[in-house]
Amino acid sequence: MVTLVVKRIGFMIFTMIVVSLILFLLLETDLTGDPAARVLGQFANEEQKELWREQHGYNQPVMLRYVKWLGNFATGNLGESIRFKGPVADVMLPRLWNTVILGFWTFAVMIPLSLILGVLSGMKEGSKLDRSISVFGIITTSVPEFASAVIFSAIFVFTLKWLPGTSSMSGGFEFKQLILPAMVLIVYDFGYVARMTRASMAEVMTSQYIRTAVLKGLPYRSVILKHALRNALIAPFTVIMLQINWLLSGVIVVEFFFAYKGFGALILEASLNNDIALLEACAMVAVCVAVTTQTIADIGYTFLNPRIRFS
Amino acid sequence: MTTSVTEMRTTGFGPALWRALKSFGLLRESWVGMVGVFLVVFWVLVAIFAPLLAPFDPNASIQPFAGLGAVSAKGGTFWLGTDHIGRDILSRIIWGSRTVLIYAPLATFSAYFVGILMGLAAGYRGGWVDDVLSRIADIILSFPVLVLYIIIIATIGASGFNIIIAITFASSPGIMRIVRGLVLDLRNRDYVAAAQTRGESDWRVMLVEILPNARGPLIVDACLRLGYVIITIGVLGFLGLGLPPPDPDWGGMVNETRQMAMAFPHMTLFPCIAISTLILGFNLLADGLREISLRD
Amino acid sequence: MNQDQTPVLVCKDLCISYYTRAGEIPAVVDFSLTVLPGETIGIVGESGCGKSTVAMAIMQYMGANGGIKSGSITFKGRDLTQLSEDQLRRIRGSEIAMIYQEPFASLNPSLKIKTQLMEVPLAHENISKDEARRRAVEMLSDVKLPDPERLMESYPHQLSGGQQQRVVIAMGLLSNPSLLLLDEPTTALDVTVEAGIVKLVADISKKYGTSQIYISHNLGLILETCDRVFVMYSGEVVEEGTIDSLFTWPRHPYTHGLFACIPLPTADKHAAPLKPIRGQLPLPFERPRGCYYHPRCDHFKPGLCDREHIKMEHVEDSAADHRVRCLRYKEIDHHLLKPSDEVKEPIALGKRVLNVDGMKKYYEVRDSSLRALFSGKRIRYVKANEELNFTAQEGETVAIVGESGCGKSTFAKVLMGLESGTDGEVRHKGKDISEVAVRDRSDKQISSLQMVFQNPFDTLNPSHGVGGQLSRVIKKFGGETDKKKIFERVMTLLDTVKLPRDFYYRKPRQLSGGQKQRVGIARAFAGNPSMVIADEPISALDVSVAAAVTELLTDIQREHKTTLLFISHDLSVVRYLADRIVVMYLGHILERGTTEQVFDPPYHPYTEALLSAVPIADPEVTKREIVLEGNLPSAMNPPKGCPFCTRCHRRIGEICDIEMPPDREVVDRHVIKCHIPIEELSKIGPVIIVPDESERIHATKSE
Repeated sequence: MVTLVVKRIGFMIFTMIVVSLILFLLLETDLTGDPAARVLGQFANEEQKELWREQHGYNQPVMLRYVKWLGNFATGNLGESIRFKGPVADVMLPRLWNTVILGFWTFAVMIPLSLILGVLSGMKEGSKLDRSISVFGIITTSVPEFASAVIFSAIFVFTLKWLPGTSSMSGGFEFKQLILPAMVLIVYDFGYVARMTRASMAEVMTSQYIRTAVLKGLPYRSVILKHALRNALIAPFTVIMLQINWLLSGVIVVEFFFAYKGFGALILEASLNNDIALLEACAMVAVCVAVTTQTIADIGYTFLNPRIRFS
Repeated sequence: MTTSVTEMRTTGFGPALWRALKSFGLLRESWVGMVGVFLVVFWVLVAIFAPLLAPFDPNASIQPFAGLGAVSAKGGTFWLGTDHIGRDILSRIIWGSRTVLIYAPLATFSAYFVGILMGLAAGYRGGWVDDVLSRIADIILSFPVLVLYIIIIATIGASGFNIIIAITFASSPGIMRIVRGLVLDLRNRDYVAAAQTRGESDWRVMLVEILPNARGPLIVDACLRLGYVIITIGVLGFLGLGLPPPDPDWGGMVNETRQMAMAFPHMTLFPCIAISTLILGFNLLADGLREISLRD
Repeated sequence: MNQDQTPVLVCKDLCISYYTRAGEIPAVVDFSLTVLPGETIGIVGESGCGKSTVAMAIMQYMGANGGIKSGSITFKGRDLTQLSEDQLRRIRGSEIAMIYQEPFASLNPSLKIKTQLMEVPLAHENISKDEARRRAVEMLSDVKLPDPERLMESYPHQLSGGQQQRVVIAMGLLSNPSLLLLDEPTTALDVTVEAGIVKLVADISKKYGTSQIYISHNLGLILETCDRVFVMYSGEVVEEGTIDSLFTWPRHPYTHGLFACIPLPTADKHAAPLKPIRGQLPLPFERPRGCYYHPRCDHFKPGLCDREHIKMEHVEDSAADHRVRCLRYKEIDHHLLKPSDEVKEPIALGKRVLNVDGMKKYYEVRDSSLRALFSGKRIRYVKANEELNFTAQEGETVAIVGESGCGKSTFAKVLMGLESGTDGEVRHKGKDISEVAVRDRSDKQISSLQMVFQNPFDTLNPSHGVGGQLSRVIKKFGGETDKKKIFERVMTLLDTVKLPRDFYYRKPRQLSGGQKQRVGIARAFAGNPSMVIADEPISALDVSVAAAVTELLTDIQREHKTTLLFISHDLSVVRYLADRIVVMYLGHILERGTTEQVFDPPYHPYTEALLSAVPIADPEVTKREIVLEGNLPSAMNPPKGCPFCTRCHRRIGEICDIEMPPDREVVDRHVIKCHIPIEELSKIGPVIIVPDESERIHATKSE
């Protein structure tokens, strides 16, 4: 058990280092094109580029630059954002916080909803309720976030005029502006989590130990709550943790669409404006969050599963 | 238009597909799968017959901001209206189906090719090959997928070919994991041992003895993944990282007109419906196929 | 068994059907059964005969698509088919309990044993948790589980298969039920573990007076556990009677057929070979008119047996209540029919083909735990095979016998070149092959050493046709490229294994288990091998099918003078088939010799226990009862001395724990690995005593 946790954390650190190396190679070296050209634009002349390289230390050996770059990263010196004309950390942190708020509300609604629906449909596989929930889930996951954003806007903003169409929070934080972005994220993702929960629950319900529990004469409630759920919710736990990784993708589209000043929109802006320092920082943060949650998911899974815990 | 559709049923490709699906038992067994087949076949036919079906040149500026059913000055009706620079939306949707149905299957196929090879190698050979490939897959999968696309497109630029590369890079690890899991199970079967004790080569064992038996789950996964790839292409188009204009691309259409969505919702709404129905088709098909595969 | 006791359970004219997309499938037809208090009823039959369906119907747990069509199941005066779900719940687990085939799957993996035990009385009786706990602990020690307090805190995966099954039995007994249903409770267990469970089950009925219904495919087990037996075929009971009357004088041709398929101690592969039942079990919706068995019956009379559905009939001259579903039982004189009229030529043994000399196979296991990292013991060895020595001659059948984990399959892998040996030699036709991987062997070497696999459902690739798979082998081994010639060769192969030629065009899923196994045999013999390894080739098959496959295997072997290396856990099959036997335990050979030498004293104590554990379906054969204690040690951590010392009933002292016993030669090539001197072992009497033909009861029975 301890071995497993230590190994998992070791692998987490390894992944982060490899990712940083990949990012460095992709964005800071000539491997995929001249970084100077990327920053200054393709119309910059050779002199300007050379000057820029000299100024920013791009003429030093690659390994040395990587070590320096990594050192800067570790000490929190994330560089200057070209687009926002300021330190990357100052730009990024408030955006990150906004996304945390959005993510929190999304998860707060989505997790209970999808777990309950998943368990209900998995309890009686093939029943009408099961089929309805499944088909509904398939339909909602089939609509890409930008499309459901368009459709919801058409309904709730243009037709019913209940909700604001943008979430820029220009006049301070307003919960109402959070509803549409969260709704789009929830609708797109709940179907997937519900389906995974359903599969897990359905598998447990056909298992022989559930038969044993029924034939022991236990009340149905106790069969479900005591015997089925405990096993059926192990798999969805991992799935839910992995949704944090997915959420980091989802917020890019949603925040872009609703002009929400969050982390996802920031990544996109950084990429569209060739703001290399900002893009690197955002990507590193995204990967670190994703890898950390995966690690927690893995460790949590082994902890929930007595078969692994005691072996 | 209608004649061409009925013609399809009776000649060549149509009946063959029909028979293939029938042999799956799909037609009788799963209405969900049937709806999926219908949607997919519908869009495939639209893509094939785009030149015949589209009333206008998809890239021609004819009459800006026309509403639904408006009649063109030069003759013809804009059934779904036009966009801000006067292009017929129906024609752009019809031609756009070609874009998506060319790039999405190509990208999926390419991802599968790489993913299956990696998965076979990792699952069958095991040992350090497995360790290395699995670690690589873990690292790629630890990226939030859209962040990965953004980084790739940011460095190699947006083009049809690059989208295929990006999707292959980002999806093949997932496919590899599935294949690896299936191979780990299948390689312990007695018929694999029988082939091994006959002295068959590793390639033959992997490709002839193991891979055909993994096809069930892989076909289901391929349908689902095709849906995801279509979403990805749409999202990239929507974020302005997709195919360069002016050729029609559903995600791009939404991106170009979303600023005007308040006043002209039809410009964004119809491409969204188009992409959603196509994805829905693949997802329902996958669900139907899985339901059937579980029965037997 | 008191006659005027009121019965616990009465099933009357029960018909059970499943409703599928293909329509109604009658699973059980016209089933009647009465269970008296304290009585143990056996239901025996091959797979698909409906025996498990009966159990599930009694529990009223049929799934969504099953239903009772007609008839009644009366338990203590109440018709179970009429009860509400809540009334059933009160009966289930408290008055009727069930024991299942796979103990591990039947226990909830994420709940502690104590939770799973205590909830039974808590759900049915108004008692405190302390009381429930006390009872659970008591019951665990009643089922002879060591250290019940520790077990209570364990999770199922921490127990061995035998222990898990004891826990399930304890769970069933906790509310002191009047009826216990046992559905193949020992099928998933090793023989020596099975023996312990069988003894436990027999003790239960004595101690608690619980009535039992024991479902099994094994006639021998039924004989050891039951009072009355029901023989089922294709959804109906064809014969029922007391153990005594049915086993000594079966009336129904199917029952007879079954007995002729079992390798009883009286069977002999040359003089009295097994006689398989011809044909196949009909599918439930393809049952023939009249007697369901008539297409396979030797006594079929047209116009009589294929008319109307046949009723159960009381056997006239039987004292006990013996019933049979046959119109001709009175006319058939089974005593005149020998089990088999065939006599087969013994095979003359040729020169030595296989020579195993000190073969060892160790697996390296990398221990990646932190503790191992610090202590430096990162690599540990699993000794799968330790010092194997034996030989096999041309035309000889050598059996390797042992329970799961004894290393018999590892040895097969080394022989086939899928693994390489760690030390020692394995010479096949004079060449050492222990370290030659299969890809480094010549085509000739490969084709002369082939294998028949265990699982019929796994042996053929489901994606390719039968013809294609056989053609591939011929192409590979025969060097044949001409399509027509290959086709011809496949046809002859199909003839050899007695399959119709049009099977060439079949897909494996269209074949039954026995047919698949025949194709598997055809595949192994395609390249005219000099030696074939058969790894449990019949253990997954039904008795009648197994007999046919066994006979086929010996016929082909006889014809080709092939050496057969037969790997099995089933001593009765081995006794029938083998010329020589190698008994393995934890990677070691504990005893080897000819079949007679191994089956007669002096025995290795493990052989002795194995012999005692094998159920024999012959009431006149007597056995000495030896029940082994404990579990098979882990191969990762074997005992230091004799591998068998932890369970041995003849352990003589510390020497067994410390020192590896010597190989003692009894006579030439009969070797026992034990610390006990041969003279001592020779004093032990035989385990199985088979009466002479003249002493048999049935010789005088035709009154």
